Amino acid sequence: MQKPGDFESSRRVLLVGAVTAAAVPVLPTATKAQAPAPNPPTAPVAAKVSLTVNGKPAALELDTRTTLLDALREHLHLTGSKKGCDHGQCGACTVMVDGRRVYSCLTLAVMHEGNEVTTIEGLGTPDNLHPMQAAFVKHDGYQCGYCTPGQICASVAMLQEIKDGIPSHVTADLAARPQLTVDEIRERMSGNICRCGAYSNIVEAITEVAGRQA
Amino acid sequence: MNPFTYERARTPAEAASAAVRNPGARFIAGGTNLLDLMKLQIETPAHLIDVNALALNKIEAIPEGGLRIGALVRNTDLASDERVRRDYAVLSRAISAGASGQIRNKATTAGNLLQRTRCPYFYDTAQPCNKRTPGSGCSAIGGVTRALAVVGASNSCIATHPSDMAVAMRALDATVETVKPDGSTRRIPIAEFYRLPGDTPQIETALEGGEIITAVTLPPPAGGAQIYRKVRDRASYAFALVSVAAVVQRDGTGRVALGGVAHKPWRVEKAEAELPRGAKVAMAAIMADARPTRDNAFKVALAERTLASVLAEAKV
Repeated sequence: MQKPGDFESSRRVLLVGAVTAAAVPVLPTATKAQAPAPNPPTAPVAAKVSLTVNGKPAALELDTRTTLLDALREHLHLTGSKKGCDHGQCGACTVMVDGRRVYSCLTLAVMHEGNEVTTIEGLGTPDNLHPMQAAFVKHDGYQCGYCTPGQICASVAMLQEIKDGIPSHVTADLAARPQLTVDEIRERMSGNICRCGAYSNIVEAITEVAGRQA
Repeated sequence: MNPFTYERARTPAEAASAAVRNPGARFIAGGTNLLDLMKLQIETPAHLIDVNALALNKIEAIPEGGLRIGALVRNTDLASDERVRRDYAVLSRAISAGASGQIRNKATTAGNLLQRTRCPYFYDTAQPCNKRTPGSGCSAIGGVTRALAVVGASNSCIATHPSDMAVAMRALDATVETVKPDGSTRRIPIAEFYRLPGDTPQIETALEGGEIITAVTLPPPAGGAQIYRKVRDRASYAFALVSVAAVVQRDGTGRVALGGVAHKPWRVEKAEAELPRGAKVAMAAIMADARPTRDNAFKVALAERTLASVLAEAKV
């Protein structure tokens, strides 16, 4: 059982924590360091971040714990990017940051000051589909559709990685440019899981777009 | 996840001194491992020092031969670098064998070296773990040990180091460059960088408090056939059960480091004299101190067969 004295001390700690957190200033600029709290914060800490999402500037003040995925979904209401595992194992949250695909669940929003983020909403619209979106529809590259925004963002960035000459685990010759083969596509898309098992149709959709680009 | 304060550091010295000022702080770069561990309450930093703005993202030629790889060079960029593909193929291959495209785009050279074990008992906060909570005991010993260490383990910890990149760097005799909070620098050979678990498995490297990695250097190219062979439960996006990083010369001499078998990349230099006599003899020497469990004894045989496959490929 908790004694009255214990209650007093724990309440005091909580109050100090709350004051500390409230006194912590938000980041005034991109580079200026924030005065760190002397003790572990017990209440949420806020910080500001400015980034560009699908071509539009966004200035946010967020709990430092907010992932890029939660910033996109809960604060910017771009719910195309999906939360599957929230641990970087499934790929449903894949977006592009400065043109490169990343897991938005495994990075903090405050770490993206000045970055350009592209989500599925920035690739195409229902009236004006991105070629990869159209190919996924044509080839039935999904069943439930939950992993699809991540699959499409990942595949668009992945084709650029092949163009840029980035080797993969199955690239036979490190001295040569990687080839656009089914084996390459499958290996490079291994970070995106499809629980419905639409993999063969996903590969067909990507192969068609890759062939058109080649 | 616990609340934390956050700052962006501009120089390695500033980052190192910020770490000393904030006990319980962590550096964050790619964040692909740290953030996962924070969500699971395995890591609970009170303060994060974002080091992404440090100018450590270049790969530069060293005048006397070799490369200096900045601590923030992303795994994708390191694996793709023309010089690395040509002169240090085992490193390019090891990186490409690890994680997924999305992770490699984020993960950094220093962060990869410092990633934590994937021992399932380290991840389960309901179980004792000497690495997560020093002195609490090891629930892996006597538990499910199939993926865990077969050599160099202790009565306190049988976790493995998960990195592929570090195994190749061990075979290449890389050196880790650091800055300490007082601004002094040092160079740590990768052979001395990682520790065996002993009684203090929570201390994984030679780094001191606040010390930050600034670069990894590679000596002049070693030549030879450079091969990384990784054996795992699925063909992609999985950690190694056993991996072999090898540099094999035409005369059959060479160097071999193993992943997936120990608390650190496992290399036994004196055993390498046996390489020309074949995989069986060489692996017997490399694994001379192996103490596998019933669950993971297969790794000793698998390591020998993986080395045999690598030596056969090197002759082609």
